[in-house]
Amino acid sequence: MAITREEVLHVARLARLALSEEEVDRLRDQIGNILDYIRQLDTLDTREVVPTSHAVEMGTPFRDDSVCPFGDKEAILSNAPDRFEDFFRVPRILED
Amino acid sequence: MHEWTLQEAARKVRDKEISSRELTRALLDRIERINPKINAYVTVLHDKAMAEATARDETQAKGEALGVLHGVPLGLKDIFCTRGIRTTCGSRILSYFLPPYDAAVAEKVAASGAVLLGKHNMDEFAMGSSTETSHFGPTRNPWATGRIPGGSSGGTAAAVAAGLCYAGVGTDTGGSIRQPASLCGVVGVKPTYGRVSRYGMIAFASSLDQGGPVTRTVPDAAMMLGVIAGHDRRDSTSVDLPVPDYPAAAERPVKGMKVGLPREYFEVEGLDPAVRGAMEKALDALVVQGAQAVEISLPHTSFAVATYYIIAPAEASSNLARYDGVRYGYRAKVAGGLIEMMSRTRAEGFGAEVKRRIMIGTYALSAGYYEAYYGKAQKVRTLIRRDFDAAFAKVDAILTPTSPTPAFRLGEKTGDPLTMYLSDIFTIPCNLAGIPGISVPCGMSAEGLPIGAQLLAGHFREETLFTAAAAIERALPHPPVAPLEGA
Repeated sequence: MAITREEVLHVARLARLALSEEEVDRLRDQIGNILDYIRQLDTLDTREVVPTSHAVEMGTPFRDDSVCPFGDKEAILSNAPDRFEDFFRVPRILED
Repeated sequence: MHEWTLQEAARKVRDKEISSRELTRALLDRIERINPKINAYVTVLHDKAMAEATARDETQAKGEALGVLHGVPLGLKDIFCTRGIRTTCGSRILSYFLPPYDAAVAEKVAASGAVLLGKHNMDEFAMGSSTETSHFGPTRNPWATGRIPGGSSGGTAAAVAAGLCYAGVGTDTGGSIRQPASLCGVVGVKPTYGRVSRYGMIAFASSLDQGGPVTRTVPDAAMMLGVIAGHDRRDSTSVDLPVPDYPAAAERPVKGMKVGLPREYFEVEGLDPAVRGAMEKALDALVVQGAQAVEISLPHTSFAVATYYIIAPAEASSNLARYDGVRYGYRAKVAGGLIEMMSRTRAEGFGAEVKRRIMIGTYALSAGYYEAYYGKAQKVRTLIRRDFDAAFAKVDAILTPTSPTPAFRLGEKTGDPLTMYLSDIFTIPCNLAGIPGISVPCGMSAEGLPIGAQLLAGHFREETLFTAAAAIERALPHPPVAPLEGA
């Protein structure tokens, strides 16, 4: 199944991936091949089939909505690529 | 002493035949000599492991209660968060990540008294079947260093096979424990979905991921699963069932067990004749010990890879959205705004295979395509699961090859993603159905490459797997450690 350059660029924008020209071309071919392979599923009639999202049948477990403080704040913040006091600093969000 | 089994090493420390310090020192020395040849460890905890071993010896000297793996050195796939110890998931984007907490598996291993030697190499974010997609370079197969060890838990399987730890814990989303175990001549278990907590295990495809042991013998695997299994409130898919005595199951006779042979698995194009031959030996071993062979059918087998390559990338594209260069991990240096920073961070931080899967998954989940891809795949997943339900109404276990071929050469399949994906054809259905599977060595190819047999059983029937796999192991013993040249 052919997929266009524009579709590749659209999906890359959704996925927040800056791709090089060469990557766009390569991914276009590879995704096309993989989608071709996946098309074999269309030969199966699944109109009456219930989807499986979880392979082991169990209910959704509930627990109290209680606050559990995490003791080591510094261990979290010290992983920040750019930190200002107890904040994660990011580049500007609004364009000029 | 590196050739001892996990059970032997645990007994010798407990009986004070050897100290944890001596054992840990010996393995660290061996890692120093052998690891440069196979690159099984991305992080070796020289000082920390020795300090831990010293603490274990002191606990024992005081006569305190000891855990089942007291003083025994182990390793973990670098997908399990370890507090304050770099956890990379094989990716540049996490190359300096220091987790603020331990994964449930890491906690349980520590609570059993084991000593952590280091973290094992893996395909980036567990996406791969050869450990060639790691940012830290490929791992090599200890039986033939020009060949891949399988993947994605290739570092774990290679480390166990080379005697660089007594056991390891890997993860399996579509075969990532069983396939490398098969190609490295060791035992690997993918437990039932929900058996082992996924808390702190870096997510790839959440409805398929499961952690499990890699060891050199079946009783060792049973012992290790006993350590890491169990309910955990922090993982909402963790199942609250008691943990059976798995090592006892490895001692039980296989007599009377009904073993199914799915004809679809043996009709696959590209099944290596050496693998076929080894499977016949594995079956003979079971039959001679009183098991009964039954031909069965799993009619939707040929659709499993296509189903998997929608579900796994779709879930991965969602799970990997968190790597945005804001709170932890790599951040690209850019002059522009937030979106540009995130897009460049992800472009520079992820490798080609991860980007490919994020793209496929994002495409499959994008507006207008969800039903046609993810929805369809979830329905086919039901058909695959029903195949197994029908089979387990007739048989106790299913016997198949783990991988269609022995270990392939480095670079042999990196050019064509689809060829690489098809090497997981026998392992993927098990994850889609959520059932447990084990790979156990059952022979060697003419070139001296290990071949593994896969056994599958119904949900939470890991004991059946240990009984059958132990029977194969008893009849077809395999060398304890790969004979690395010059080692």
